[in-house]
Amino acid sequence: MGKPILKINHIAKYYPGVKALDDINFEIYEGDTHAICGENGAGKSTFIKILTGANTPTKGTIEFAGKKYDHFTPHEAMELGISVIYQEFSLIPYLSVAENIFFGRELKKGIFRDMKKMNEVARKLCVEMGVDIDVETRVCDLGVAYQQIVEIMKAVSRKAKLLIMDEPTAPLTINETNIFFGIVKKLQKDGVTIIFISHRLEEVFELCQRVTVFCDGKYITTKAVKEIDKNQLISFMVGRALADDYPKTNSDCGEVILKVEDLTNYRVKNISFDLHRGEILGFGGLVGAGRTELARVLFGADVYESGNMLLRGKAYKPHLPGDALSSGIGLIPEDRKNQGVILGLSIKDNIVYSVLDRCCQKMFSYIQPEKERAYVDKYIHELNIKTPGVDQLVRNLSGGNQQKVVLGKMLSTECDILIFDEPTRGIDVGAKYEIYQLMCKIVDQGKSIIMISSDMPELIGMSDRIIVMCAGNIAGELDKKEFSQEKILELASIH
Amino acid sequence: MERNNVVRWLLNYGIILILCLLVISFSFATANFMKLSTIFTILKQVSIIGIISVGMTYVMLTGGIDLSVGSIAGVSAVTAAILMMHGVPIVPACIIVLLISLVYGAISGFFITHFNIPALIVTLGVMTSLRGLAYIITDGMPVFGFNDNFGSFASSTLWLLPYPVILAAAVFIIAFISLEKTCMGRYLYGVGGNEEASRLSGVNVVRIKYFAYAVSGLLSGLAGLVLLSRTNSGQPAAGLGYEMDAITAVVLAGINIMGGEGRIGMVVIGVLIMGVLGTGMIMCNINDYVQQFVKGIVLIGAVAFSAYSKTMRSRMMNK
Repeated sequence: MGKPILKINHIAKYYPGVKALDDINFEIYEGDTHAICGENGAGKSTFIKILTGANTPTKGTIEFAGKKYDHFTPHEAMELGISVIYQEFSLIPYLSVAENIFFGRELKKGIFRDMKKMNEVARKLCVEMGVDIDVETRVCDLGVAYQQIVEIMKAVSRKAKLLIMDEPTAPLTINETNIFFGIVKKLQKDGVTIIFISHRLEEVFELCQRVTVFCDGKYITTKAVKEIDKNQLISFMVGRALADDYPKTNSDCGEVILKVEDLTNYRVKNISFDLHRGEILGFGGLVGAGRTELARVLFGADVYESGNMLLRGKAYKPHLPGDALSSGIGLIPEDRKNQGVILGLSIKDNIVYSVLDRCCQKMFSYIQPEKERAYVDKYIHELNIKTPGVDQLVRNLSGGNQQKVVLGKMLSTECDILIFDEPTRGIDVGAKYEIYQLMCKIVDQGKSIIMISSDMPELIGMSDRIIVMCAGNIAGELDKKEFSQEKILELASIH
Repeated sequence: MERNNVVRWLLNYGIILILCLLVISFSFATANFMKLSTIFTILKQVSIIGIISVGMTYVMLTGGIDLSVGSIAGVSAVTAAILMMHGVPIVPACIIVLLISLVYGAISGFFITHFNIPALIVTLGVMTSLRGLAYIITDGMPVFGFNDNFGSFASSTLWLLPYPVILAAAVFIIAFISLEKTCMGRYLYGVGGNEEASRLSGVNVVRIKYFAYAVSGLLSGLAGLVLLSRTNSGQPAAGLGYEMDAITAVVLAGINIMGGEGRIGMVVIGVLIMGVLGTGMIMCNINDYVQQFVKGIVLIGAVAFSAYSKTMRSRMMNK
């Protein structure tokens, strides 16, 4: 254990209405591999962005290698030797390994690139790190693990003092992970400080010396990994007590309305489950576990390769979202601004958008304003959308009201299965509660809801049953009496 | 607040002022400009670009662009001329030509939607091929003497108004109704505003895009017929560079080049600006090379203004 290389002093990052990070305070020692753990949305990504200069903290200071900063520019961070290896690679696929390693700071001979020298230096680096790659191959011809390693070589060649790895093993197979671990251990021996972020807790215990836990943007604790075990770590990550601010009561679930059997496409594998009438079926799991992809298949927005779906006992084969809507399945997508609303159209236009053909006179499909108004008035009233007028552009509404507009659009199609993908993401507390009440009202009417949520208390508070997904598969199903955050997190983590 | 309102008005309707300024400056520059005959000349002049601009508006509202409009006009003109020369009567010849131009547009739509190629590239290809086709079927020579009656369409008037002007006005009115009052119009705005949200709302995005390009093709063909009637000869080079004028007019009108925003009514103003500018420069004896130079600048200026007004508007919103 060395001296602290990085000191985080009361760092905070506020967005309007959201505290993404609040009073973070800890140290990272030189030469350590330090893990940062937390659930989705705990603030890990925001924290990294502050370290790399992509975000400016609202409060607090960072001390790096003995100097104090209130923020970095990305360029400063790079100069200081802070490098990140992201989940999505920042390599240029059609350039060679050596070209990528030197991208942006090519070695030159006069005005020309000195390719020979770059290849030579890159080759030397490979030998040093014990990697067997031909530095003249194009990056796109390499496997994912080797691409990851090229990323690391790029960082190392920049004389990185602090290497941040954000879920580096997520795209890797087990063999590839082993190769990757070898490189990390080599770096550790060379004394490079590493911040390691992973949802795979085993890796934390295998690679890291110390671990810091974030929860809901707050700093929870820092421990030496020797002192704790996996269950303790999970309980730190879950942290908060369950608030009982969910209006959900037990509902009477009726007969099976949607039966899914062995649904498979390139993102989800062998998904089978039943959805009952009047039920809220929760889908838990980590980001990227395939929940959104499954929702899109059910809604006809993505294709599936094999499997069957039975809707009200009849075969259901959606090819387009229009098929799903006319069969009575609606989707409230996770990315409201890019997939839910049309920002440049009015509230009225958005709400009637899916039922526009029903507001039309038949011959010339001439829109009849009074029919439109009937729909719009109904849902503005029913959903309590706060707006000065129906012609207000959706762009000018708050997140909660935009979400209600999307909900209104789906409800107007009179669908009886609604898929909510992250229904309350980025919505303030008051509007959240209203959305929950609406969901309860919907199931009370005998409709069914599939709710995908990464917000654990919400998932537990609102669902009648929870299916946990992991890496495209169903990892397990929990009945109401079995609900616990620990249980969900355990199923969701990759083993 | 008061100042904001003025700025907002200028951002939305500033081009009306520009049109007035242009008219005033040209009437000071040449004595003949403020005559009724000049006004009719300009109207007649812009009716062709006007018809094409309507189709361009449909396409640009979806977030696309159509460079093939000038070539479709050209190839339609020579096709109609050849058909009539071979004895096909006027009405069937026109209908055939219009149907073919609709197909030209649909071909662009096909490649754009099914192969996911940028509209710019697809229509650039279609533009070049169709121009080539116009030369192939005419052997590069103008087609003369097809049907004397056909030419009378462009020169006849109804209560002083030349037929092409009436036709263009009719096209604008139909477009206005279809864009503002029908489902299809709303879907065009929706697809341009947010394609993925439209798809997830159950809208058949592919069909909407086909429709837009087909309309653009059809109206370009119609413009080609008007052009043929005016020139009374089927020139294979007819309609060269019309895409430039149409795009400029539409962008001037404040149709968002990313799609989803803008009003067809303003396109009338955009088209008039192009007409006043063109005719005004001719009357001031400004030579053709300078005219081209100016038109290019106007296009860039219009796009820059459109981008600027967008950031201005969002800045005002966030205050």
